[in-house]
Amino acid sequence: MASEIAPPDEINDGLSVGIVQTQFATLFEPPNLLTLESGVKLGPVKVAYETYGELTPEKDNAIFVCHALTGDAHVAGKHSVDSRKSGWWDGLVGPGKALDTTKYFVVCANVLGGCQGTTGPSCINPETGQPYGLKFPFITVSDIVEVHVALVEKLGITRLLALIGGSLGGMQVLDWVSRYPDMTHAAISLATAAKLSAQGIAFNAVGRRAITTDPQFQHGDYYGTDASKYGEVGPRTGLALARMIAHITYLSEASIERKFGRDLQHSDNLAYDLQRETEFKIESYLHYQGKRFIERFDANSYLYLTRAMDYFDLAQRHGSLREALGRTEARFLITSYHSDWLFPSSQSREIVSALLETHRHVTYLELESVFGHDSFLLEIKQLEELVTPLLREAYRRVRVS
Amino acid sequence: MRRYSVLDPTAALTDRLIMDQIGRSSRVIDLGCGDGRLLCRLRDELGCTVQGVELDHREVIEAISKGMPVIQSDLDRGLKEIPEQSFDYAVLSQTLQQVRHPQELLGEMLRIAKRAVILVPNYGHWWIRVQILLHGRAPITGSLPYDWYNTPNLHFLSMIDFRELCEQMKFKIVVEIPIIRGKAAEQAWAANVRADNALYVLEHI
Repeated sequence: MASEIAPPDEINDGLSVGIVQTQFATLFEPPNLLTLESGVKLGPVKVAYETYGELTPEKDNAIFVCHALTGDAHVAGKHSVDSRKSGWWDGLVGPGKALDTTKYFVVCANVLGGCQGTTGPSCINPETGQPYGLKFPFITVSDIVEVHVALVEKLGITRLLALIGGSLGGMQVLDWVSRYPDMTHAAISLATAAKLSAQGIAFNAVGRRAITTDPQFQHGDYYGTDASKYGEVGPRTGLALARMIAHITYLSEASIERKFGRDLQHSDNLAYDLQRETEFKIESYLHYQGKRFIERFDANSYLYLTRAMDYFDLAQRHGSLREALGRTEARFLITSYHSDWLFPSSQSREIVSALLETHRHVTYLELESVFGHDSFLLEIKQLEELVTPLLREAYRRVRVS
Repeated sequence: MRRYSVLDPTAALTDRLIMDQIGRSSRVIDLGCGDGRLLCRLRDELGCTVQGVELDHREVIEAISKGMPVIQSDLDRGLKEIPEQSFDYAVLSQTLQQVRHPQELLGEMLRIAKRAVILVPNYGHWWIRVQILLHGRAPITGSLPYDWYNTPNLHFLSMIDFRELCEQMKFKIVVEIPIIRGKAAEQAWAANVRADNALYVLEHI
């Protein structure tokens, strides 16, 4: 989801976990199917995940990373020597970094309903032998978390040292501690909210409409003979458009101004020609982001996951935020970003208030950054300063007790 | 940025005085908690559940390193996210004279906590009077150690002034302790002349 609008030296600092491989686990095999929040049963569920560092014999050093809307299990390192890009949070995860892989065992899994290795709408429906498409059951943030929990248990871990995630990942962290209050010592929730705002739902609605009105959408049955090659078929225009809109919401007015301004892409002069679709640099940038996105993301997954986000409302589910968050002993770190207008600070303050009211252990900062919602992915140094001492102290306490 | 965490030469002594006012196992919020030093002692020595509020980023990180929960916030912008009566004590040490709206902050403290514990420098101290009267200079003392042009202190009050404000705001002064050279002097004569600082515990009438 990162916009790559930040200078590259802020993302990469040279230390890496090295070459890593995505692993797979099969969970909820019949007859132990996963009961979704909607009541529908699903299984088996294949989960793509990656791990970094070593789990201690006491199994007390595990940190689970929850990825955001379009992220994947590949948090850190590279998949091969020639990989062009490192994992999406490589600056935060690695030896000597905030999630120090010489001390901690870090796990990240692709979400249920996603398209990066975990069971989702582009997978084959065992009942029909065809890709699920829109026959994939409706999923929620809690369903996503349910699969994470099962994976963690399969790895033999009963209590995590920390949960960490931003945006939709932060929602997963909040849902997790609300339903499994004893499962983690620390909960780090960044640029997130206890419910998606009406504005957030609005943007998601436009994105979905762009996809479903694309003539190539065909009620979600657009997969060719090989469903894993979703980048080549289907509502490519609609998905790219959805991404372009969403991408604007991840940035801030100031960051766009600073990076692009009114600069033109190909010429110093205006062309006075409507046929030229990408005259301004910002246009060209958004087109490029859209184009790259459709190569790696499935339109149906986008529909399911944005809907899961829309449905997320912790207070509604538990009666109140106090009920939802008041039962855990986990130590919270909540951050919001001054320039984030998609998940504004007021929404984080709501979470902080509920935690204070129920006498929980909470640290909260509204951080300065120009990068808008994407800040949590880009301002690595800023995050490291907070996360490093928090984890060190949490782990010290675990070791003492 | 230094405003809410001024170096206090008699920090350990004043910490002790504040702690004496706070009951075991109570819930305490320290407004302008600095690096969380006092909170740490409250938790470890009195078994309190603690929370800090601090503006300075470096101090916040120090507090996190000590395992203290801390909210980064500007006291001038209010304490809106802190729910009503969520603490037993709200502590404000050497800070009241530095905030823009002391009256509002006092009101906020007694909104979020049952009792407010406040430590303020006393502008009625004789040495201050001497400096103004005899030398015609802006005073500099141990508890007010700044030149006029770079002081974080915005307001200057004496013990009499503070009592008057409390009366006006209908706060009950439960405890008033004049502090003379870092030592509590509960029954001191002419306290408003002799005390360099004063400690108060307030509650709603």
